[in-house]
Amino acid sequence: MHKTRTDQQVLGTQKIPTSSIQRYIRFTLPILIGITALSVPPLFLRGYLLDVVILIVFWSFLGSAWNLLSGLAGQFSFGHAAFFGIGAYTSTVLLVRYGINPWVGMLFGAGLAALAGSLLGFLCWRYGVRGPYFALTTFAFAEVLRLFTNNWTFTNRSLGLQVPLIGGNSLLAFQFELDKRPYYWIIVAFLLMALGTTIFIERSRTGYFLRAIRDDEDAAAALGIPIMRYKIVAMAVSAALTAMGGTFYAQYMFYIDPTIVFGAHVSVDILMRPLVGGVGTPLGPVIGGILLTPLGEVARALVRTPPEFLPFADFIRGRSGLDGLLLGIILIIVILKVPQGVIGWCEYRWRQR
Amino acid sequence: MKRLSFRTWRQWIAVGSALLSTVILVLWFSEELGTWWATQNLVLRQSIVTGLLMGGVYGLAALGLTLIFGVLGIINFAHGTIISMGMYLTFVLFSTYDIDPYLSLAIVAPTLFFVGILMYRLLLRQTMTGPAHNQLLVTLGLALIIENILLLVFRADPRTVRPSYSSSGFFLGDTYISLPRLLAFLFALLLGVMLYTFLRTTQTGRAIRAAAQDRIGAQLVGIPVSRIEALTLGIGTAAGGAAGTLIMPFFTVTPTTGATFNITAFVIVVLGGMGNVAGAVLGGLIVGLVEALGAVFLPGSTKQIGVFLLFILLLLFRPSGLFGRGHYA
Amino acid sequence: MLLEVEHVSHQFGGLWALRDVSLQVPEGALVAIIGPNGAGKTTLFNCIAGALRPTRGQIRFAGRRIDGLPPYKIARLGLTRTFQLTRPFHSLSVYENVLVGTLARFHSKSRAEAKAKEILQFVGLADRAQRLASQLTTADRKRLELARALATQPKLLLLDEVMSGLTPTETGSLERLVRTIRDTGVTIVLIEHVMRVVMGLAEQAFVLHHGQLIAAGPPQEIVRNRTVLEAYLGEELHLADGRAD
Repeated sequence: MHKTRTDQQVLGTQKIPTSSIQRYIRFTLPILIGITALSVPPLFLRGYLLDVVILIVFWSFLGSAWNLLSGLAGQFSFGHAAFFGIGAYTSTVLLVRYGINPWVGMLFGAGLAALAGSLLGFLCWRYGVRGPYFALTTFAFAEVLRLFTNNWTFTNRSLGLQVPLIGGNSLLAFQFELDKRPYYWIIVAFLLMALGTTIFIERSRTGYFLRAIRDDEDAAAALGIPIMRYKIVAMAVSAALTAMGGTFYAQYMFYIDPTIVFGAHVSVDILMRPLVGGVGTPLGPVIGGILLTPLGEVARALVRTPPEFLPFADFIRGRSGLDGLLLGIILIIVILKVPQGVIGWCEYRWRQR
Repeated sequence: MKRLSFRTWRQWIAVGSALLSTVILVLWFSEELGTWWATQNLVLRQSIVTGLLMGGVYGLAALGLTLIFGVLGIINFAHGTIISMGMYLTFVLFSTYDIDPYLSLAIVAPTLFFVGILMYRLLLRQTMTGPAHNQLLVTLGLALIIENILLLVFRADPRTVRPSYSSSGFFLGDTYISLPRLLAFLFALLLGVMLYTFLRTTQTGRAIRAAAQDRIGAQLVGIPVSRIEALTLGIGTAAGGAAGTLIMPFFTVTPTTGATFNITAFVIVVLGGMGNVAGAVLGGLIVGLVEALGAVFLPGSTKQIGVFLLFILLLLFRPSGLFGRGHYA
Repeated sequence: MLLEVEHVSHQFGGLWALRDVSLQVPEGALVAIIGPNGAGKTTLFNCIAGALRPTRGQIRFAGRRIDGLPPYKIARLGLTRTFQLTRPFHSLSVYENVLVGTLARFHSKSRAEAKAKEILQFVGLADRAQRLASQLTTADRKRLELARALATQPKLLLLDEVMSGLTPTETGSLERLVRTIRDTGVTIVLIEHVMRVVMGLAEQAFVLHHGQLIAAGPPQEIVRNRTVLEAYLGEELHLADGRAD
C-alpha cells in the first residue's frame, strides 16, 4: 500500500527519550496506589452517582482488557463485544437454565471467550489477516454472534434473558439489589486485577515480545520469537477478562439481550477509553474512563432535561443521540490531533520541558 | 499489480452470462414441471428475481466503497451512513418539496459528492500517511457522528418515500416484478456502467487509476494526487448516496439502516475483489441472490449470518475475491 | 558446509526471481552475494531466512533442511538475518531492542540482561543504550540491527545491504565491526552493493544476475570476469586493461 508510518503517528506510542520501564517504575506504581486510595471515597456515594462511578470503573476495566490485545500486542480489535457477550450469555444461560452459580458461570464464560478468541486469532493470523482486516474480522465475528444468539431458542432469541432476582444482597449469588456498593468493590477489584495483569505482563519477557511484535512482527520473528504463540496468549487473556466484565454486567443490570451485549456500540465503547487515555499504556483506559463516562452521562442527562437557556432546548428534549455524537467527535479529534492519547501527550510535554 | 486486460472483460462476460443462463435455465426448466413443483418453484423464482434486482443496488453501493478502497486504501466505515444520508435526503426532498425520488437523484448525487470531498479535505487527507488503523477509526467516528445527527434530527421513527407508482409492477410469466425495484436495478446498472466507462476511457479516470497504482509515481508525473483522491472519495460517496435514493421507494429508513448496508457492502467488496469495479457489481448480484435465497430457507435474521460468515471466510481464504483484486490494490 | 543452497528456484506469479541457484558457505567464512539490482539477492535471502518458501530446491543449514520452515524456527537454529531497511522496535530503547533478542535466546532473565549489555558494548552502542531506537542515526541503526541479530547468538548471519546509506567513514568502522564479528566465529553472508566493502571483506563472492548464479570466486577474480562486467554494465565491453572500478 502507499502508506508510510511516521514515528509521531503510531497509535499509542509517542517519542519517549527514556526507557519505558523506567517510566513505569517512576509513574505507575505510585499511581496504582493512588487509584486504590482514591477508590475509597466513592463508597460514600449513593444512588445515581454511585452508578456513574461503577460505570466509570467498569468501562475502564473493559478498556484495560482490550488494551492488552490491541495496545500492548498491537492487534487492533473492533469486535470485543463478542467476548463481552460470550461472558454475559454463558453465565446467564447457565444460571437461568441450570441454576449454576454466576461466579462459576463467569469462569466458564471466561474460558469460552478465551477459546473463541484464540481460535479466531489463530485463523486470522495463520491466513495473513492483519491490521485493519483483522479489525474488520473481529467486528464481523461479534455481529455473527449477535445474529446467532438473536435466533437461537437456547438463548431465548431476541427476547433476551433476565437474571432471576433473589431479593436482597448476596455475594454468593453475585447480586446486590438493595445496596449497590458491593458492585463497586467488585469492579474495582476487577480493574486492579486487569491493571496488575497488564503491568506484570509488560515487565515480563512476554511483554517485551508483545511490544516487539507490535512494533515489527517480521523483525520479531527474525529474532526467533514465536509470534503466533504470544499473540494468542494476549488474545486469550484479553478475551477472558472482557468476558468477566460481561458477567458482571449481566449481574448488575439483571437483563441482557443480543444487541445489548453483542452490539457494535459495545465494541466502540470499549475501545474509546484506552484510545482517548492512551493506547498501550496501563493507565490509559482509566484516564479515558474518568474523562468519557461522565461526559456520556452528562450528554444523556442534557437531552433528557435540557436547561432552558439553550436556544435549541425545545428541539433536543427527549431525543437521543447526543452522547453518540459527542463520542464520534471526540474519537475523530483524538485520532487526528492526539493519537497517543492523554497519557502519551502528557509524557511528551513532560519531556519537552 | 494486475493490469486491466482482456482477461477481466472475458471474466466479466463469462460470469455474467453464466449467471444469466442459470436464471434463464431455472425459469425455462420450471415451466416444464408439474403444478406443485411450479408453486414451490414460484417462491424460489420470485426470490431469485427479487434478489437479483436488489443485488444491482447493492452493487452500486459497493461500487463506491470498492473505488474508495482501491484508490485511497481506505476502508470506509462511514459508507453505510452515507447511504443513510442519501436516503434521508431523498425523504426530505419528497416529503417537503414533492420531488420524485428518481428526479432527486440529480440533487442527492452531487450533494453527497461534495460531502465526500469535504470528508476527504477535512478528515481523511491527514490520515493518508499514518497507520491504517487511524483511517478506520476516523471513518468510524464519522459514522458515529452522522448516525447520531440523523438520530437527533429525524428520531428513530422509520421514514418512507412512497410515490404513486411505488406499488406498481408487472408479471413476467408468473413472477412478479415490482416497478421501483426494477427501476432501481436499471438505474444502478446504468450508473455502474457509466462509472466504469468513465474510469476506463477518460483522462481523469486514467489519472485515478494511476494514483491508485502508485501514489508517488503519479505525483511525479504531475497528477495532483490529493485532488484525485478527493475526487474519488466524492464519486464513491455520490454512488453510495445514489444507491440510497434508488431504494427509498421500497425501503424504510431509520438512522441505523446504513449500518446494515455497511457490512453487506464490505462483503461485496471483498467478494468482488477489493478495488475491482466490475467485481463489485457482480458481487452485488451474487450477494443479493444469496440473501434472497437465504431468506427463503432460513428463519428470521439468520440469513444475515450467512453474509457475515462469507465475509470472514473470504478474508481468510480468498482475500483477493472471486475476480481478483482490481487493477488498484 | 554450514549453509547449502541446492538448486533453489523461486517464482512470483509468472516471474522466476531465482533460477537454479546453488551455493555453499563453509563455516567461519565471510562471503558476499552481489549482482545488479533486481538480480534476486533479497529473494534468495528471504528464501534462506524462511520469509519465502522456495518454489524448487532445498536449503540446508548445518546439515538440516530449513526450506519451508517459518522464520522464527530458522532463527532459533542459529541463522539470523538483518533487514535492508533497518527495522528497529521503535517504541523500545536501544537496550530493550537488544534485550528482546537475548530474551528470545536465554531462559534466564538475568543472563539475558547481562548479555544484552555485553553486546551493546561490543558494537559500541553502550553510551546510547537508553535512547529510543527511533531516534538513532542511520549508522547507529545499522549497529543496532547488528546488535539485535547478535543477541540471538547466531552461527550464521545474513546481512542485507548493511553498508547502504553510510558515509565512507561510517562504512569503514562498520566494516571493522563485521570483521570482528566474524573473528568471534560467526559465519557471515552479505548482500552488498558497495564494491569496496566486498573487496575488503569477502573471501568469496557469488554473482547473481536475472535470478541465476553467473559467477563465483574470490572478489579479485570476479571483478575481472567478463560475464559479470556485462551483467553490471549491460553491454559488450572493450576494456583496456580488464579492471573494473
